[in-house]
Amino acid sequence: MRGMLKLAYKLLVNDKAKFTALLVGITFAVFLMMFVTSMFIGVLNHASSTVTNIGASMWVMDPAVQTIANSIGMPDYVLDSVRSMQGVKYAVPLYSSGALIKLPNGTYQSVTVLGLDDTSLFGRPQLIEGKIEDIYGENAFIAVHDSEFPKLGNPHVGSEMEINDHRGVIVGIARVSTSGLFGIPILYTTYKRAVEYIPNPRYTISYVLVQPKSPADIQKIKQQTAALGYLALTKADFMKRTSDFYVYQTGVGTNILIMTVISFIVGLSISGQTFYTFILENLERFGALKAIGTRSHELIGMILFQSAFTAFIGYGLGVGLCTVLITLAKLRLPSYAAMETYTNLVIAFVMVLIITAVSSYVGIRRVLQIEPFDIFRG
Amino acid sequence: MPNVAIKAAGLNKWFGEGEAKTIALRDVRLEAAFGEMVYVVGPSGSGKTTLLSVLSGILKPNSGNVSVEGIDIWALDSDQLADFRLNKIGFVFQDYHLFPRLNTAENVAIPLILRRKPWDDSINEATKYLDIVGLKGREDLPPVKLSGGEQQRVAIARAIVGQPDILIMDEPTASLDGDTGYAILKFVRENILNANRCIVVVTHDSRIYEFASRILKMEDGRLLDTEMKAA
Repeated sequence: MRGMLKLAYKLLVNDKAKFTALLVGITFAVFLMMFVTSMFIGVLNHASSTVTNIGASMWVMDPAVQTIANSIGMPDYVLDSVRSMQGVKYAVPLYSSGALIKLPNGTYQSVTVLGLDDTSLFGRPQLIEGKIEDIYGENAFIAVHDSEFPKLGNPHVGSEMEINDHRGVIVGIARVSTSGLFGIPILYTTYKRAVEYIPNPRYTISYVLVQPKSPADIQKIKQQTAALGYLALTKADFMKRTSDFYVYQTGVGTNILIMTVISFIVGLSISGQTFYTFILENLERFGALKAIGTRSHELIGMILFQSAFTAFIGYGLGVGLCTVLITLAKLRLPSYAAMETYTNLVIAFVMVLIITAVSSYVGIRRVLQIEPFDIFRG
Repeated sequence: MPNVAIKAAGLNKWFGEGEAKTIALRDVRLEAAFGEMVYVVGPSGSGKTTLLSVLSGILKPNSGNVSVEGIDIWALDSDQLADFRLNKIGFVFQDYHLFPRLNTAENVAIPLILRRKPWDDSINEATKYLDIVGLKGREDLPPVKLSGGEQQRVAIARAIVGQPDILIMDEPTASLDGDTGYAILKFVRENILNANRCIVVVTHDSRIYEFASRILKMEDGRLLDTEMKAA
């Protein structure tokens, strides 16, 4: 069989024009599918950046909250109630809100302020400049050094700003694992200061961050929180809830699905058509092989090999091209919202398999239909 | 007839049904022996190619039987028939049907590759046969770089590389000028035909009749009783 596969390989790659057209078609389709789904996954990942960066195991919130960015204040008794629940190791409040700051040059800039629990500083970022205890100092804020950092005027430790007529001082520069989706810089401070500096509605706790005693307690905590009239989600649940909102309630999911399907159709059309033309041009030769004594299943094997070989090379090139472009984009924009995961690799691979199967099926049908007698008749 | 290679009796073949029915073979009976070069001649549409296809296990007759070396080939299943063609029959097609994307040696090696002989061994063997047909040094050229006569020699080398007992040649001179066609058939008669091989040639080129052992004439699907004398 190896000799026959080598024969199939030579018949394929020696037809350079067709082989190139096939590769370009599949590479382009894989690239589009990968790129679109990578952007989508990247966007969803960035949409849940605060959940990732804070890192709490469980989040308690108002049941109407759909994304991390749109919190609804909860009264203080919720924190006390959660702390007294069975299975809770500890629970701390988190403040999250938008604010407007005035920079030294007189311009205004929207920011997201995260207020960490004063006692534990649970969810604190990793500092690259300054000391975390300085967050307790007067007017202290920590700026996150991500792609939005320049919007704060590239502050350093000691830089000042104005926030709602209060003086603010940068006491540390931090980095986080995932930056935000909406292009808004992030400032960390203590919960107390955030509540004090930023105008607030009656209730100020955005989320209660919970650490269960054991994974077995998660369900119990969820039930007790529900009985209280609030919602407790694990980190993964909350990220999924945020993703689901963007996927199903904003049209982003539908648009991405349409783009992916279009990429698939483009790939299928180019590859299917080119492969079919390749088969048509070699139809008489396949007929001659049949006449000489090739069995039908051997011909099927040759065609499947040609189709699969092209598809897998195209898949590799498509994934490679996508990776290079995303890497280049991230070199210029560190928080560029695109990421390749096993999920989109598998999605693209499955689609390539479908393209291969359809292209092969069309070719095989045509080859099996030809009679060796037709070769004699010319 | 001693040493019978092919024996066919009561062959009938028709295409279509009703008013569209075309009868290609009518009760054809034929025998060919090893060491013979049998020509089947006749006008276009007389059924020569159909007969060739039926004898070589490519086209099933509506009735009658064909035995090659004592094997009733139309009693074989499709895989057995494919193996029979691969191992017993060599084909030289009218249009050669060489693979333009393979070089000459690879084209010739195809029957050996189909027999699962290792690639390098097949190419080496094919190169020897190219030498036999007078194409030494042309192994690496693609068929399109060869003349019509050379392409025909490549097709002959491909047909005999597997050392088949039966060689089937369909209009071998149709695409060649007179001198080249004559030279090719002379070569086949002198170098390819041997006591263990039977060659059946379909042609209507009277210039090559002199190389035939026997000439059978076909008309309207019938093989005429009288055999023409070879020149």
